[in-house]
Amino acid sequence: MIKNLNELNEYSKKLKIKQNNKTGVNILISMGTCGIAAGARQVLNALSEKIKAENLQDNFHITEVGCMGLCYCEPSIELQDIKTGNSIIYGNLKPEDAEKILNTDFNQSMHGLEVIKRTWNYPEEETENKQNLLQAKIALKNTGRINPERLEDYIVNSGYEALSKALFKMTSRNVIDEITESGLRGRGGGGFPTGKKWSFAAAQKSDVKYIICNADEGDPGAFMDRAILEGDPYSILEAMTIAGYAVKATKGYIYIRAEYPLAIQRLLFAIIQSRNNGFLGKNILDSGFSFDIELRYGAGAFVCGEETALINSIEGLRGTPSNKPPFPAIEGLWDKPTIVNNVETFANINAIIRNGHQWFRKIGTKNSPGTKVFALAGKINNVGLIEVPMGITLKEIIYDIGKGISGGKKLKAVQTGGPSGGCITPDYLNLPIDYDTLKSLGSMMGSGGMIVMDEDDCMVNIAKFFLNFTVDESCGKCIPCRIGGQQMFAILEKITTGKGTEKDLEILTALCDTIKKTSLCGLGMTAPNPVTSTMKYFKHEYEEHVFDKKCRAGKCKDLILFSIEEKKCIGCSACKRVCPADCIEGSLKKPHKINSDKCVKCGECFRACKFGAVIKN
Amino acid sequence: MEIRSRDILMEKNIKINIDGKELIANKGETILSIAKRNDINIPSLCYNKNVSNTAACRLCIVSIEGRPGLHPSCATIAEDGMKITAFSEEIETKRRIILDLILSAHNDDCINCEKDSICELQDLAFKYNLGRDNRNFPPIWNKLKKYSDKSSQVLDYDATKCIQCQRCVKACREKQGKGILTFANRGIETAVSTGYSKWNKSQCDGCGECIQACPVGALVMKPVYNPKNRIRQKDIEKTIITTCPYCGVGCQLKVSTIKNKIVKVEGCNDIPNYGSTCVKGRFGLDFVNHPDRLTKPLIKINGKFEETSWKKALNITAEKLIKIKTKHGNDSICGLSSARCTNEDNYLFQKFMRSIIGTNNVDHCARLCHSSTVAGLAAAFGSGAMTNSISELENADVILVTGSNTTETHPVISTYIKRAVLQNNAKLIVVDPRKIDLVKYAAVWLRQKNGTDVAWINGLMNVIINEKLHNRKFIETRTEGFEEFAATVKKYPPEYVEQITGIPSEDLIKAAKLYGKAENASIVYAMGITQHINGTDNVKSIANLAMITGNIGKESSGVNPLRGQNNVQGACDMGALPNVFPGYQKTDNPEAHFKFAKAWNAELPLKPGLTVVEMMNSILSGNVKAMYIMGENPVISDANSNHVKHSLESLDFLVCQDIFLTETAQLADVVFPSASFAEKDGTFTNTERRILKVNKLISEPGESKPDWQIISELANKMKTNSFSYGSCKNILDEINSLTPQYRGITHSRIASGEKLQWPCPDKKHKGTKFLHKDKFTCGFGKLSAIEHTPPVEKPNKKYPYILSTGRSLYHYHTGSMSRRSTSLNNYLSEAYCEISKEDMNRLNIENGELIKVKSRRGEIELAALLSDKPSTGNIFIPFHFAEAAANKLTNDKLDPVAKIPELKVCAVQIEKI
Repeated sequence: MIKNLNELNEYSKKLKIKQNNKTGVNILISMGTCGIAAGARQVLNALSEKIKAENLQDNFHITEVGCMGLCYCEPSIELQDIKTGNSIIYGNLKPEDAEKILNTDFNQSMHGLEVIKRTWNYPEEETENKQNLLQAKIALKNTGRINPERLEDYIVNSGYEALSKALFKMTSRNVIDEITESGLRGRGGGGFPTGKKWSFAAAQKSDVKYIICNADEGDPGAFMDRAILEGDPYSILEAMTIAGYAVKATKGYIYIRAEYPLAIQRLLFAIIQSRNNGFLGKNILDSGFSFDIELRYGAGAFVCGEETALINSIEGLRGTPSNKPPFPAIEGLWDKPTIVNNVETFANINAIIRNGHQWFRKIGTKNSPGTKVFALAGKINNVGLIEVPMGITLKEIIYDIGKGISGGKKLKAVQTGGPSGGCITPDYLNLPIDYDTLKSLGSMMGSGGMIVMDEDDCMVNIAKFFLNFTVDESCGKCIPCRIGGQQMFAILEKITTGKGTEKDLEILTALCDTIKKTSLCGLGMTAPNPVTSTMKYFKHEYEEHVFDKKCRAGKCKDLILFSIEEKKCIGCSACKRVCPADCIEGSLKKPHKINSDKCVKCGECFRACKFGAVIKN
Repeated sequence: MEIRSRDILMEKNIKINIDGKELIANKGETILSIAKRNDINIPSLCYNKNVSNTAACRLCIVSIEGRPGLHPSCATIAEDGMKITAFSEEIETKRRIILDLILSAHNDDCINCEKDSICELQDLAFKYNLGRDNRNFPPIWNKLKKYSDKSSQVLDYDATKCIQCQRCVKACREKQGKGILTFANRGIETAVSTGYSKWNKSQCDGCGECIQACPVGALVMKPVYNPKNRIRQKDIEKTIITTCPYCGVGCQLKVSTIKNKIVKVEGCNDIPNYGSTCVKGRFGLDFVNHPDRLTKPLIKINGKFEETSWKKALNITAEKLIKIKTKHGNDSICGLSSARCTNEDNYLFQKFMRSIIGTNNVDHCARLCHSSTVAGLAAAFGSGAMTNSISELENADVILVTGSNTTETHPVISTYIKRAVLQNNAKLIVVDPRKIDLVKYAAVWLRQKNGTDVAWINGLMNVIINEKLHNRKFIETRTEGFEEFAATVKKYPPEYVEQITGIPSEDLIKAAKLYGKAENASIVYAMGITQHINGTDNVKSIANLAMITGNIGKESSGVNPLRGQNNVQGACDMGALPNVFPGYQKTDNPEAHFKFAKAWNAELPLKPGLTVVEMMNSILSGNVKAMYIMGENPVISDANSNHVKHSLESLDFLVCQDIFLTETAQLADVVFPSASFAEKDGTFTNTERRILKVNKLISEPGESKPDWQIISELANKMKTNSFSYGSCKNILDEINSLTPQYRGITHSRIASGEKLQWPCPDKKHKGTKFLHKDKFTCGFGKLSAIEHTPPVEKPNKKYPYILSTGRSLYHYHTGSMSRRSTSLNNYLSEAYCEISKEDMNRLNIENGELIKVKSRRGEIELAALLSDKPSTGNIFIPFHFAEAAANKLTNDKLDPVAKIPELKVCAVQIEKI
């Protein structure tokens, strides 16, 4: 139990001395859900056994850390030479690599293992060759570097410095001012200024106020919040406590989706540890301020990421949104002033308090200071979790961090903002990315999904794909979203199956506008985005589907016709053998023929033909 | 929400502009409600003024100058100077698209829909010219087919017509406080659901609030009134507003009829129920058209009834009564008037008994329910009625409910209590030996042992005085008798009270502090307090509690006895009691006696007459020879019914007047067929002293006649031209002239729609919302020192269980009406005995098994029902069922003052059969 500030400082000092006295090599093994799924546990076991067998416990210190963001090469580990500070990252490891890992010579460049080039630095720390590293980790500062289950690790890595500073050197007003000045905007997608939200709640006169951390990360392909919660749970608890101090709230809830068992387990553990050690509960560090946090589990509804739906869900009601105003900061959980911030937003708070708003403003752009975590996915070589300063260009992300399009294909579009976002064309590759530029392009920041598409992707089909998600996740409360989404989907279905008409395009346009302007919550208002943005930048693809009944990417099965060019066919029967529908006829060494009535358009014949005789139109 | 703000004065006015029109509005009002009030018809489907805004249909969108985007006007509070556009091309285009969308997900089978022509969606589709040819979206409602639920006893849910507006869900949750309806699934498959079970297996009790809320044909009533012919709006011939004939709430009903048959009932959006009803009011009026109705006078010849003419029946009765009167004296004849008949009927009945027969032997079933209230409150305050109004409950800080299973006995009043708790953060204290439904809503539940009410009330006051939570100013200026009272209360500290009542002292203290600290605390009680040997003492104790905390004579406070029958208040007001003339004017008060003798031009008896149970006893002792019973069924309703039946059989002459051949009427020598509430005009006075109009809906069956006409004709047979009333209006005129409380409640005011509460001393008076404002009717309030006395029967070895009786939601009193309703019987058709799990195990009986329950007075056989309501050692039996009449068991020992029998406590044994 740490009773007051002095005890905390003493303890922290002690831990630092202990750390400095350590020798040998640190082995950080990425043990987020993704790492574990890729086989990190087996690598870890192999390493531990090896160390034990060879009695190397004094030389190697294994730490299970959260996700390093290197999805494309999991399992991955980082080796740190404690004395020199040198480090090396390996990816795509197998248990049998254990020996090679332990034999690493930091001075050599070849190790017989896949070495991963580091693309990030830590703005809070002075590191050398900073200028070459495009990523800047603030929210992910500890993620992938500390053992998330060890409070000592957190404390020794400047944990609770921000809270002590807030509690003992700042007034509530100071804290809000600092956050306001920093220009931090909500990382959940809306980009609302966090300081402003806090000051609204602070201005409310109420005996009870609440802080809610929105950890109901629901965008398909987005996992930044999970990575933070799994990798650095204490930082969220600390930031929520600071928020509580700022607006005079005494109770916090983390609304987390039940599909994140590891994050839940680590949070629960962190909450108990924090309570036992005096960082949560009554009279924190003898400051007179009391704050506690509980978890609430989401049952898998995407809409519960919307703050009013989330609040209804915590109250035990059906998780559907309510009309705003009143906004939660004025009338939220149980009608009390409530701050709802996303995990990544909270993950920035401690750094801002520790270093001040001026430091924060140096990173990012004027209107969007700081960094943003993106989940980079799709047709890109280095898929993963990245944190980049606002203002970075798409080109830098895709080609420098993501190492370009897989298979050497041509970039067609980048989809940002998850299912409610929009598509951006290669024309805007050099545009600096922040909240406002993405919005001006008809897309949005969203929670940070970034999906790269190449020439094989049909944009109408992509719009339909994303719409399918929002239609499925519509809570059903308001009519534009519930029925409008369904009808919007039906029109796209018509278009992609070659039944679309010119009138459908007109209706679609009007329907998108109605849904956008009349829906009750953000889910409905943004549901048409995938359609409107693709209609804006890829209108010709829609028109091809409607007028020419053609899909240039060859994705819309009903619009493809496979045929065999008689002249090129040598009658090898390769196509006939692979056809699952038995629709290819022809005797050996004579030109074959495809019966298009029976063809299921699987494309097997197209791939099987070595002579280019099978044609796809 | 309108209900909540109804009684709250709105803050100062603001000005807004809608489409160029300058409008004055109240601060806090939504744009939509201002528009609606000013006849600007912004389309909307999910809006329902009785519940909170939903903002789901998005049709009521408007644009507001200076604010980007479109805003739902139902959820946007108007601000001073707002400039609003409600109709523009852009907005109308969007509305049209939204409507087009709704229609694609709605099975627009208008041709086969009973809501045809009263469907809000149909109206809008027509207005926006959205016929099938003009729509842009293909129908997708088929997906919802599988979610339809037609299992309910009284309604059908057609998911393909549902527009998911939430009006039903919110009505169930917010207006009824039940929260049984919810949505299942999400997205396009969202449908109304009763949770994990089908409708008929859910907790839905069939109030029909959801049907009333539905704007389309998704939730409709089953054709309970017309199972063979479906009815559309256009088939309905007449729709008339009248007052519900069931409990004392006095719900205003809109009743539709075709060819003299009730076909549909809806709640009327007016005082006191504002659209709500319970299952009985909405679905249980089919008794009116039941084939069992009496259509001709009957006389008993050789033990068998034969139909006869009115002339013969009246002649025989008149002759017989005159003969007995002459031979045995006026007081050898008794009359029972009826709490189900109108004020006019009751007035004439007691006038008949007093002026034609010449006896004060007139009473009615109020003796069995609230005679102790009348006696107790008259002693304490000078007037024995509910002090405050039903709607005030909603704004109370604390509500103490004791001895009232309000959700079943006064369902609509319970909605006010639930709303107070759920929406206005009131704290509910329930004091009841049974774990009644309201316990779910209670902040504290005190479970006292049956018959220990004085003790816990004294305990509560002991704590209040000790904690100095009593209102000394009120006690000093408004009451008398505090010293003696306080000395008695001092003897009841919580620990002592715990020994008597079984209530843990800490719970008692908690309740005392809640009640004592409240700004406005209301007490609601019913039979659990009154039907005891010390019923009057219980009531006086309750009055003490209200007085020492000053919770009387102001809004949302008071002592509120809930009257059980539709017109039990009126029957008392009209003097259907042995000791008072109309308006509680004492028969032995010379002034009153002179006044009535003069007005009625008759010699009147001075001495108070016999009460119900005394009448029965006097028959056996030979003093009473004949009885005239109007609309009562004492064989089933009175304590110790074997004794009652035996008494009635011993009469020389019994004449009954009823709508059915009840168990009592079967014993009669002559039976007069009377008109039901649906077939006559008149007034009922509900539990909150409000005089409500009863309107004739259909013509009476056969030769049956309104009660007042029968009484008049009999009177005229006995004394020529004594009663000459042309209509109910003439009777009310006479009531106005003789009853001070009713003086201003004239026929013309009632006819014009006024719903006045007595006292209303003159034609300009607006009626009295709550009593005893600055002064009690009797001057100073009387604080009484009252000691606890135990009930007469205690459990012993032979009779180890304590029985209490009461009502079920689905039936009413002796069941003569409710048991002739198809839908009510679909819910409940058999008697049952609630037994706790422990007792079930101890007796080795299964749920549903037939058992025999026996008391010192009788025995009945009925099914055992496993229930968590009674505590171990206690059982409960509803008294509606003649074949297992609970009153064969009950004790007819009387409260010495009010002469009410101890119906709530009797010792019984249970046998496995």
